[in-house]
Amino acid sequence: MKSRLWGAALAVTCLTMFAGTAQAGPTLDAVKGRGQLFCGVNAGLPGFSNPDSQGKWTGLDADTCRAVAAAVLGDANKIRFTPLSAQQRLTAVQTGEIDVLARNTTWTLTRDAQGLNFAPTTYYDGQGLMVPKSLGVTSAKQLDGATICVQMGTTTELNLSDWFRTRNISFKPVVIEALDEVNAAYFAGRCDVMTADISALAGTRATVAPKPDDHLILPEVLSKEPLGPVVRHGDDQWRDIVTWTIYALMEAEEKGVTAANVDAKLKDPDPGIQRLLGVQGDMGPLLGLDKQWAYRAIKAVGNYGEIFDRNVGKGSPLKLDRGLNGLWTNGGLMYAPPIR
Amino acid sequence: MTEIVNKAASLPPHRPRLGLWAWARANLFSSWYNTALTLAFAYIAWLVIPGLVKWGFINASLSGDAAACRAAGGACWSFIAEKWRFILFGTFPDDQQWRPTLAMLATIATLVISADRRTWGRPLLFIWGGGLGFAALMMFGGVLGMDFVPTGLWGGLPLTLALSVVGLGASFPLGVLLALGRTSDLPVMRGLSVVYIELVRGVPLISILFMASVMLPLFLPQDVPIDKLLRALIGITLFSAAYVAEVVRGGLQAIPRGQVEASKALGLGYWQRQRLIILPQALALVIPPLVNSFIAIFKDTSLVIIIGLLDLLSTAKSALTDPAWRGFYKEAYLFVGVIYFLFCYALSRYSRHLETVLGQGRKR
Repeated sequence: MKSRLWGAALAVTCLTMFAGTAQAGPTLDAVKGRGQLFCGVNAGLPGFSNPDSQGKWTGLDADTCRAVAAAVLGDANKIRFTPLSAQQRLTAVQTGEIDVLARNTTWTLTRDAQGLNFAPTTYYDGQGLMVPKSLGVTSAKQLDGATICVQMGTTTELNLSDWFRTRNISFKPVVIEALDEVNAAYFAGRCDVMTADISALAGTRATVAPKPDDHLILPEVLSKEPLGPVVRHGDDQWRDIVTWTIYALMEAEEKGVTAANVDAKLKDPDPGIQRLLGVQGDMGPLLGLDKQWAYRAIKAVGNYGEIFDRNVGKGSPLKLDRGLNGLWTNGGLMYAPPIR
Repeated sequence: MTEIVNKAASLPPHRPRLGLWAWARANLFSSWYNTALTLAFAYIAWLVIPGLVKWGFINASLSGDAAACRAAGGACWSFIAEKWRFILFGTFPDDQQWRPTLAMLATIATLVISADRRTWGRPLLFIWGGGLGFAALMMFGGVLGMDFVPTGLWGGLPLTLALSVVGLGASFPLGVLLALGRTSDLPVMRGLSVVYIELVRGVPLISILFMASVMLPLFLPQDVPIDKLLRALIGITLFSAAYVAEVVRGGLQAIPRGQVEASKALGLGYWQRQRLIILPQALALVIPPLVNSFIAIFKDTSLVIIIGLLDLLSTAKSALTDPAWRGFYKEAYLFVGVIYFLFCYALSRYSRHLETVLGQGRKR
């Protein structure tokens, strides 16, 4: 135990040292030089990054990286995915082992301040509660005395007890080691309620539940979990590139540019689309890229809406609603600053 | 007289009639507690087996998608049919998967050949160099028209084998040296060995892997990236060497002092003494615990999941996260479990065989 503490102390010291000495790193040159983007992903999170049967990485996070590779290198396949565990992911960004981390990482002050920078959020998640409809509950406030299955040692457990304690609602936690086992325990009826991130709950309901219609995700959101790509602190140019590639995908959705119609849209009279696709203006060169950067990203993976639908939305087994992740014009939070 | 004796000796021994009932009485119902145990196990089998057969065979689906599987309600072997390549080979480019297949065959062949005692000695070095060199060539590629495949794309069984075979191969000599160091008369050697062994044995493998993968890069300059696989290999080697050392020390201490004195009297130097007299006897003595720690390390390699290496167990877990195929844990773990079992069982059978062969000299 003592050695663990020492290790942790040492790790913290190292992190702070790095935060202090982080310097402008020529990530763009490095990526172009090796002709490959190094992208860190989760070893398996359904819909966000998971390998398919051929070993190809799929998911919203994987496609975000592909968009960056297409924008920077001109080819969405010039990319190497590195599966990372939760513990090692931030170190991997700081040490330059990877160029972009797209691994369902929550944007927090602590992380942002300690040697990392966050690109725009690509998925607004939050902790939620799922109950069987047979329970007849429609709000978390009716859960007094309920047993709740929760994963061990995560912020999920902490958020849960905080939320219920501040509202003076009693509950009995059933703490379980792994998320799979939480699912199993919930469906076996060991607890009345199951808590996890809403995307995970919806995914579980759609793909693991024996009868998806028998379960309800309650409207209360226990915590904010904005998930987005992470880059190293100190390389502003690289951060801009990742940031604006994501904005370009959102802008494309807003302007109705898709992977299928992007070539036709090159002739579109809308100056916004012309700037986005590099027909006029010098948007790409300002970032250190060429004029066609956004065109290639959209052509490779589609606009943000397409990526969402294909991986986690209606076109996927997870069937998540757009909700907060809709465009701002539809009441969501996806809002790209003007590209001009 | 002699004739009679011979005749008596050639008579077959008396054998009780071997019926099913007689066998059962002798083996299953020989006493009241054996009877109770038999009945208890029969009851458990009666409870478990019908359900297992129903799940694994009668209601099982061999083809079709996940929905068809869930509808059938039994084991979803089509999940394995869909995912076996990913589970076995991970993210290795799928049009190149003949390469890890050859690499694994070469590795297994190397192990099988070196299991034969006739190859022990100098030939073993060539066999291992050749076999593992060929395996590495297949995995890395980059020559003879094969694409270079970085270790970051390795996964599944080849990765598990690489970690355990290379880890064990490197840790065995290191462990023997450490054991010799710990039993040495030189105080500095002894002290260093003791400190190393106790330090490493005092921490769990998972924290060594964690240190190797998370802490090490922070101390190194950024343009010296050490391969993730290499970091894990170093961690596993250093870890298992400490355990091998303790096992070997047990063997060394079991050798009577007279052996050392006799070999000294013959005028043998320290290394000659160890190589010709002491170690052959000591190692033969400790084969069972040695294989035991090898089996443990083979299974411990699955801990590399915490540093994001996709070994056999991790690929099975990753395969389960495909949104189209979720929830088939039993099938995935059973599949991987069978593979682990085959390797561990083969190892343990081989150690039994070695024990009998090498134990001949001690039989009275």
